[in-house]
Amino acid sequence: MAEFFAQYMPAWGAYLLTALISVALLLAVVGLGALFFIWAERKVAGRIQDRLGPTRTGGKFGWLQSLADGIKLITKEDLAPADADRLLFRLAPYVSLAPSYAALLALPFADGWVGWEINTSVFFLLAILGLEVFGVILAGYASGSKWSLFGGMRQAAQVVSYEVPLGMCGVIPVFLCGTMSLTTIGNMQAGWATNWLIFHDPFTFMVFWVYFTCAVASVNRAPFDLAEAESELVAGFHTEYSGLRWSFFFMAEYNSMFVVSGLAAVLFFGGWNGPVPIFASWKAAGGGWEIVADLAGCLNFIGKAVLGVMVMIWVRWTLPRLRIDQVITTCLKYCVPLAAFCFVGALAWQLASLPSPNDWLSPDPAGRAAVREPWVERAEDGAERSGTSGAEELARLAEDKR
Amino acid sequence: MATANREQIIELDVRTDELLVNMGPQHPSTHGVLRLVLKTDGEIVTHVEPHIGYLHRCAEKIGENLTPRQWIPYTDRMDYLAAMNMNLGWSLCVEKLLGYELPEKARHIRVIIAELGRIASHLVGMGTYGLDLGTFSPFLYAFREREKILDLFEEVCGARLTNSYITPGGVTGDLPAGWLEKCEAFLDQFVPVITEYHTLLTTNAIFIQRTAGIGVISREMAIDYGCTGPVLRGSGVDHDLRRDGEERYTEMYDGYAFEVIVEKDGHYPRDHDYPPVPPEAVLGDCWHRFYVRMLEVMQAIDIVREGIEFYRASSGDWGHPIKLNTKLPKGEVYLETECPRGQMGFYLVSDGSAIPWRVRARSSCFCNLSVTEELCRGCLLADVAAIVGSLDIVMGEIDR
Repeated sequence: MAEFFAQYMPAWGAYLLTALISVALLLAVVGLGALFFIWAERKVAGRIQDRLGPTRTGGKFGWLQSLADGIKLITKEDLAPADADRLLFRLAPYVSLAPSYAALLALPFADGWVGWEINTSVFFLLAILGLEVFGVILAGYASGSKWSLFGGMRQAAQVVSYEVPLGMCGVIPVFLCGTMSLTTIGNMQAGWATNWLIFHDPFTFMVFWVYFTCAVASVNRAPFDLAEAESELVAGFHTEYSGLRWSFFFMAEYNSMFVVSGLAAVLFFGGWNGPVPIFASWKAAGGGWEIVADLAGCLNFIGKAVLGVMVMIWVRWTLPRLRIDQVITTCLKYCVPLAAFCFVGALAWQLASLPSPNDWLSPDPAGRAAVREPWVERAEDGAERSGTSGAEELARLAEDKR
Repeated sequence: MATANREQIIELDVRTDELLVNMGPQHPSTHGVLRLVLKTDGEIVTHVEPHIGYLHRCAEKIGENLTPRQWIPYTDRMDYLAAMNMNLGWSLCVEKLLGYELPEKARHIRVIIAELGRIASHLVGMGTYGLDLGTFSPFLYAFREREKILDLFEEVCGARLTNSYITPGGVTGDLPAGWLEKCEAFLDQFVPVITEYHTLLTTNAIFIQRTAGIGVISREMAIDYGCTGPVLRGSGVDHDLRRDGEERYTEMYDGYAFEVIVEKDGHYPRDHDYPPVPPEAVLGDCWHRFYVRMLEVMQAIDIVREGIEFYRASSGDWGHPIKLNTKLPKGEVYLETECPRGQMGFYLVSDGSAIPWRVRARSSCFCNLSVTEELCRGCLLADVAAIVGSLDIVMGEIDR
């Protein structure tokens, strides 16, 4: 985009404009995403529970409900308890929302449609999502309420534990693809659905479920929503919050849900590549056709991510909540060993060059070779875009040593 | 320390500062206005002290200023989730003093209504227990079915929650035409729904983890504390006033075939259709108390079906409610009935006037609640909600 603007203005202006447009678009994703997901959650929960959910606001389906709620929240008084640590209390919602928003920067919505193209985006995403917990701990500590403190401490224990298996799960696709760039990982899964990494081998299939469990836990959703356990802690860390600050926590939560689902979509479900390669030829045609193909890819990606969020909503309204010791047990006793086992298994599978479903399931008559070719090609493209490829890097290092 | 396992003991060695937390009287899982003062060491609760009295309305004193029939609406408001059963207890107590013989038809109406009330009450107990454990949906499924029972009640007496239908001398009116068919239709569609509840709660892995082995009340402990109802039967004590109670109460159930829901050799009566007891569950824990309630719902359905048949076969009158100012004979009576939450006793002393000289209500939840302190010692914070919820208390009855 910057190159396009650079034709009409100085380079610094072009980059500034590009950055501002990206920020505005991503902010729209956060805002609209939260609006949509909160509405969807209420609607889905309503249907699950034999009710209608919101029906009136905005005419049909109550689709303006979250907007109306938002207006209500903005006009509400911003209260801080007398015992609160004022500065930290006011700071906490921003600390919570900022990392969740920043995570979107590195999340590609389609091939090249990413706020900030970095070649370590998997690492960046996992790292920055872990920062969100600080907001919750701050809120719990600064509220000056014992229930909030319990919530904050629970969240700290939980998120710190679940970072470990989450990282392990996230690193498996990285090893299989040989890159940390989400764009490259996504492009390597182009073609038929059998190319998706979840179907790469039995271990990646297994590890996806571990990833999803850990993701639900790390974004603090039921059955792992201990930090805001209503029946025990009243409302946990956000008991004392009101108005817009309170809604920031929710925007952060829903946005994080979207980000972890989006990450799952890229790492395991082919990202913006549909199950059937319809748009591959359009993409190759370039120009306007390429934009249409990317737009379709973007919708594809959003669809997959939203599906992930919907599953989280469904789980929330079905299961009871775990106890804190059971949450930690689930992590340390089941998720970590499983993730480690899958990690070793997936690498061994790759190392032994054992067959992938793509070998015999691919609907392409030419079989593996035809599907593989663009696969490898695109990988090289991606490596080029992000600088040097892994192989070249190794060669250079060897040269230096000599 | 019933629930403490080894990990917790290790953690107790590393003591941190104790935190005194006030749980309630406004708290989602204290079922009304119960206040628990918790002393916690991190997540572990070292001491629990229940405080009651926030819903005290001097019901007994009011009863000493009103005639027995005028006091009926006040019994509704004691256990407001099983108002019909409270009416029944007080009515039987007054009838015992008067020596009143109930007509056949009124007896069967009372059985049908009381058992429907039991179902409605257990549905709330089940649903709110789901809430205590953090699952919202079963609560609404339970309330959906309860609404249908309340519709039936509404048709019978015009009120949904505070019914005042059963009254000394019978009931306030006969069952309306076509009511029995509606009741049967409800029961028919209700039976499959119970399987849904078992899927969502009873057999759910997380539910079993949260309740099995938690808050174990031993047989002796249950008897020592005076626990009654499902709490007592959940601990394996074979006691149900509908079978073991006073003559005046048990004769109401004459001809009805039912088994007391209590575990025998690892099995419950009528559990053949249902999932077996999970291996993790210990007799007397939260899971067993919950399961007893679920089975009692099934049992109540059968009793209602029987009652409908008996009602159809019976002839005669539906009773003669006593006059508002009926003079009571001199004397004192005490009668306990099996309410959904346990044994609810009413005590009445009369000096010969129309207004009782002394009225006293023996609350079942009060005794059930008293176990909390011992049960919650050494458990986790989340278990407090699970334990208090499994006792299924109603503060209106405790505070009166």
